[in-house]
Amino acid sequence: MTATLEVINPVEPFLRTERMPHIWCPGCGIGTTVNCFTRALLESKADLDKVAIVSGIGCTGRVAGYLRLDSFHTTHGRAIPFATGLKLANPELQVVVYSGDGDLSAIGGNHLIHAARRNMDLKVICVNNLIYAMTGGQTAPTTPATAITSTAPYGAFDPTFNLPSLVEAAGACYVARWTTFHVRQLARSMAEVFNKRGFCFIEVLSPCPTLYQRRNKLGDGLDTMKYYKEKSKVKNGAPTSEVGLSKDGEIIVGKFVDRDRPDYLELMKGRLSEQLGERYAEVGNLLCS
Amino acid sequence: MAAGARFAAGYPITPSTEVVERFAARIPTVGGAFIQMEDELAASITILGAVWGGAKAFTVTSGPGFSLMMEHIGFAVMTETPCVFVNVQRGGPSTGLPTLPAQSDMMQARWGSHGDYEIIALSPNSPQECFDLTIRAFNLSEEFRTPVMFMMDECVGHMTEKVVIPPADQIEIYPRRRTTKAGLAYKPYEPDADLIPAMAHAGEGHRFHMTGLTHDERGYPGMNVPTQDKLIRRLQQKITRQAARLTMVDEANVEDADVVVVSYGITSRVAQRAIDMARQSGVKVGRCRLICCWPFPDAHIAELAKTAKAFVVPEINLGQMAREVERAAGGRARTIPVTHAGGSVHRPEDIYNAIMEAAR
Repeated sequence: MTATLEVINPVEPFLRTERMPHIWCPGCGIGTTVNCFTRALLESKADLDKVAIVSGIGCTGRVAGYLRLDSFHTTHGRAIPFATGLKLANPELQVVVYSGDGDLSAIGGNHLIHAARRNMDLKVICVNNLIYAMTGGQTAPTTPATAITSTAPYGAFDPTFNLPSLVEAAGACYVARWTTFHVRQLARSMAEVFNKRGFCFIEVLSPCPTLYQRRNKLGDGLDTMKYYKEKSKVKNGAPTSEVGLSKDGEIIVGKFVDRDRPDYLELMKGRLSEQLGERYAEVGNLLCS
Repeated sequence: MAAGARFAAGYPITPSTEVVERFAARIPTVGGAFIQMEDELAASITILGAVWGGAKAFTVTSGPGFSLMMEHIGFAVMTETPCVFVNVQRGGPSTGLPTLPAQSDMMQARWGSHGDYEIIALSPNSPQECFDLTIRAFNLSEEFRTPVMFMMDECVGHMTEKVVIPPADQIEIYPRRRTTKAGLAYKPYEPDADLIPAMAHAGEGHRFHMTGLTHDERGYPGMNVPTQDKLIRRLQQKITRQAARLTMVDEANVEDADVVVVSYGITSRVAQRAIDMARQSGVKVGRCRLICCWPFPDAHIAELAKTAKAFVVPEINLGQMAREVERAAGGRARTIPVTHAGGSVHRPEDIYNAIMEAAR
């Protein structure tokens, strides 16, 4: 008698398995974040037909293509404005922006702060590997001083963005940071933002063993997990001005901001109905004929 | 709005801003949205997001803004996103002449984004045509699933004239080509017989993927020569195969003309004065006004070149469409450009003189 043992990974239904293997390197943290994201989908019991995922360009930009959701792999830096159009045309959608630090904060930096300012109802997952990985490990606005990159062979020296502080100042109503070591906390944060209205931002520190860790002699993916474990300190509610990252310093993680303010659609509806009264035709689903 | 547009995103730029100002005032009473974005890069992709969310959408810009939108014109071509880009042309390059007319973005409309692609571009010459052709532009974008360039110029953009707006039920609207396939059976880039695929919107249960990367019929990236060849040729051929049907010209007296004046936009109205003057001088001169500039009406110009001796091509640039006329004429008739660097319309006399020279 032969027994067939079939084990299905609980995240498998969320993935486009026909697209595997994925392009990410061994030890890369992006897959870990995707795992957390699918667990968050599972936990939040979101209607998957109403969840859309939008990515920009880069290693993390490839996430959209691997998730079995309505998925949009857009242009470099412009995932947020695409997601803005998607959300406004169909407010029923839960729109997730999943992209990297270079895509979101450099080429897309203007859109990041303006979407936060508007409090657009978008859930932004920013995988931060401290460099441009897809193109070979160049300096990003997040590269800490003295770190070696392919375009900073003598070590980076320009000051970095502190992303939680940036988006909080711009108006985000939920801001958290975790590392790929903090899988449970990350999945919980991801599930939490599904039930939060407005602009939500989760930064996930993630290793790029091929280009960042190797060049900076920080070991492989596993070494980075140990590093994250050692250097991280959970400080929920920490003032975002104090959570800036450095090359070797402490990594402050946690949920920093969780506040409520009316989102763009509420503000639009409020103002227009106040001014136009019965003449106002509310933006519903703009589905065309 | 008559064309079914319910979404616009824009960034202010002279001399185009009036379009979104009016839209912003009207659309909340119709059920739609306008959003002012932080720049043209954002505006030009926000509309694409809205299209995939189910709306018919457009943006409006001019010169420098059009330059910034190029990336997303290419993205719209690649992802087959129906939408309309309105460009109220002003003098360039760079900041140029913000308040004054030009027609110098015609080649940018055709070739501005990187890579090989076909485009559709319409050029109105009156407020009435701005109304009628905008509807046409939306319809063509939906039929071909491609961005359509709506190439105005500052003069036409700011012109005041009588416009007859037909009753809504007499306006023909091309509906979005929606897929009839349910769920995962839908392949977003599986073309119909006319090479154009049916579309789905986010939130309908298809869980489809789209990307600006070279992709197969499932919408999945395929980084190889056969996938690239198949996709890029289909994107081109879905338009070129129907190029003859896309030819839109407004003509008079071309049958026995020795000289045909080929023009478009505001210049066609100045050219008409020159044509009238030349006909009074006894020259057999005809008018061929391009309404659809891209795809260029090659076959039509070649046909005219069989009987005409010469084409006179006035345009507010240093000879962009004139080169197309010359190419299409294939040496059978001379092409005489009447150039203008921008900032005003031509003097009719300059066009008249070119006609007289051509007739000699």
